[in-house]
Amino acid sequence: MMAKSLLKKGVGVLLVTVGGLFGLLSVAQAGVDIPSLPPAKSAGKCVEDTDFMRRNHMDVLKHHRDDTMRLGIRTTKHSLKGCVECHASEKSGSVASSKEDFCVACHSYASVKLDCWGCHATKPGKKPADHPSAALGATRAGGGK
Amino acid sequence: MNIAFREIQAKQGYWLTMLVFGALAGMGVLSALYMEHNGHIVTGMTNQIVWGLPHVFAVFLIVAASGALNVASIATVFGKTLYKPLNRLSALMALTFLAGGLMALVLDLGRADRLVVAMTQYNFKSIFAWNVILYNGFFAIVIAYLWTMMDRKGAPWYKAVGTFAFVWRLILTTGTGSIFGFLVAREAYDAALLAPMFIIFSFNYGLAMFLLILMGLYKGDNRPLGDKLVNRLRSLLGTFVAASLYFTLVYHLTNLYFTKHHGLEAFLLLEGGIHTQMFWVGQVLIGYVVPMAILFNPATRGRGWTVIAAVAAVLGGLAQMWVTIIGGQAYPMDLFPGYTVTSSFYDGAVNAYSPALVEILLGIGGVATAILLTVGASKVLRFMPERLDDETLAALHGKH
Amino acid sequence: MIPHEKSPADNSMDTLTTDTATRRDFLKAGAVVTGATLAPGVLFYGVAHSRPADAPASAAVRWGMLIDTQKCGDGCKSCVTACNEENGLSGKTGPQDSQWIRKVDIRNLQTGAHHELPMLCQHCEKPPCVDVCPTGASMKRADGIVLVDRHICIGCRYCMMACPYKARSLVHEPLTEQKPDVPRGMGCVEACTFCVQRVDRDESPACVEACAKDGHNAMLFGNLNDADAPIAKALKSMASTEVRADLNLNTGVRYQGI
Repeated sequence: MMAKSLLKKGVGVLLVTVGGLFGLLSVAQAGVDIPSLPPAKSAGKCVEDTDFMRRNHMDVLKHHRDDTMRLGIRTTKHSLKGCVECHASEKSGSVASSKEDFCVACHSYASVKLDCWGCHATKPGKKPADHPSAALGATRAGGGK
Repeated sequence: MNIAFREIQAKQGYWLTMLVFGALAGMGVLSALYMEHNGHIVTGMTNQIVWGLPHVFAVFLIVAASGALNVASIATVFGKTLYKPLNRLSALMALTFLAGGLMALVLDLGRADRLVVAMTQYNFKSIFAWNVILYNGFFAIVIAYLWTMMDRKGAPWYKAVGTFAFVWRLILTTGTGSIFGFLVAREAYDAALLAPMFIIFSFNYGLAMFLLILMGLYKGDNRPLGDKLVNRLRSLLGTFVAASLYFTLVYHLTNLYFTKHHGLEAFLLLEGGIHTQMFWVGQVLIGYVVPMAILFNPATRGRGWTVIAAVAAVLGGLAQMWVTIIGGQAYPMDLFPGYTVTSSFYDGAVNAYSPALVEILLGIGGVATAILLTVGASKVLRFMPERLDDETLAALHGKH
Repeated sequence: MIPHEKSPADNSMDTLTTDTATRRDFLKAGAVVTGATLAPGVLFYGVAHSRPADAPASAAVRWGMLIDTQKCGDGCKSCVTACNEENGLSGKTGPQDSQWIRKVDIRNLQTGAHHELPMLCQHCEKPPCVDVCPTGASMKRADGIVLVDRHICIGCRYCMMACPYKARSLVHEPLTEQKPDVPRGMGCVEACTFCVQRVDRDESPACVEACAKDGHNAMLFGNLNDADAPIAKALKSMASTEVRADLNLNTGVRYQGI
């Protein structure tokens, strides 16, 4: 039993060490400076706390993705489209087309592969002004633009 | 007396074999990376011919893998002691050929990077999902089977595990055949016969491959391989080839009897161009007539003839997979029976397919991987009996 | 033209704001006007549907389409063009290009009778594509719309082998400039979604709208489960056919005039 738990600890330590090394490596590659992100359109007001989003945006997005895709729930608070609309950079108009763009800047810094933009639009779309539901968007719980 | 197993020697021939098949396997992987990066646009596959040459090779290898295990099953389940010295190589080939086939299959996926999704999310109504489980289970069971053969501690379980492996492989090939058998949409599939037919095909292709590898390894490593054993395997292969021909006959006769399938049969047997040639020249002539003419003829008993017969059976198997997979898709689906149909999406048209080089390389890469792993493993572990000459076998056989 | 007796909106009333209730009243009021101004082809489904954004699609609804081949115009491809525009398809028709909807010409071998019709995903009640999909990416939403969940599609194309209608395409090359509402990308299989993004905001599919705009009115979209919906009434009163009815898939798309 003793040996087993020691082994477990050992493996844990090893994993952390290796993980740390990889982390250092990627930091070295990306330059040590923490990436500067383009400002969001609604300055300072994300749908959740910034700290929370930094750590949990993937879970939030994944949860929403399954709700929307499989159940047809169309709230906009946690939608990827919402992220894009707010975080697309002034320069490229996109969240992921240049290295400075919101998603790419951080993800290349953390060296985590992105699997959203092969399919999803990286730029906000044009909003149909004369759309019947556009006027109702505000009243529709979360809207369905 | 006991039979002695030895690793093959790392001589020039070994390294040359590893180099050649390693290079071919590497080219297969490079082709897959190229496909992965550019998309299937670089292949000959289309929205009409959705499965192409990689699938021809992959399904052939997967079917051959389960068939390769047959030699071990004959020894373990049916108690034929003559085959017992071959059971390690038989089980090894079951593993390596499945690995090669799955490599070609998986690397052809549109999103091969999502393999982990295929391994973790299952739709249990899908025969494809069942196959994922069957393949994974097959690896585990055959590894356990090898352990009962190669480790004294495992020996008590030999018969039980071997029987389980035999049952599992029958289910596995049923699953592979049912990938096509369960397709209601297409005329060439949608038949319960496909499952047992694939089992018979697996006996055929697996044994042909086994004979080739066995003779190749013994020749390459200068070990004695007696005629007694080879001739036994020869007549067994002849039987399996004949059984394959029988199932092919029943399949087409049934279709010919049903008026609704006359269009399909006219296409496959007469008017289908490359697919018709693949059927008559590839599957029937090379795959059935040539091997049977050699294997059932006492005048052609030489090793060279046996090699020709086994190679012909393998080529015939690939041709059969072409006819089944590509031919079955090339024939248009009948959306509106009694009508001619045309559209921008090639409705009603015979679908053209010309494989791109990357597909050919990926398919061959799968075969090369299977052979590479077999030869490599024989070098590392003791899969092959040191001698399989008639005297050794007689001594062994007589003892039981 | 009457809201559901028991729609998911009613079930989740407690979670809704009064704003939503007001909106529903507004929609009811608008129903008469909308129903009157729009031709039978285009229906403003908010009237019969009006599902709030936070409610899931409901099995009480089954979306379907009725296509009148007699009204389908000679060589008209408005539905195809509108689909390509709405969903961001290139419109190319090479063997490796995606086509979500296509015009099919059929001619009877005996009588020579000729018909034209649009062919699209038939949104089967028992879709073979969903049955065969190993990962569950091929799925049917509660309201009967058959979709591909690209997040877990591995691109095996087994669904394309299984579909009797050739409704599906594989994206063969990298894509850029997708529509924000219609994510699509290389290596995944795709097909007609009934314009689910439009249906969820109470509009009919782009093809249906375009067909009506061109004055053909050959396509009728609506809730098959709503006895008062024009599509349900039409299906009840006249003969219609399922393509490959022999397969017993209970398709959501039906045709009349063939």
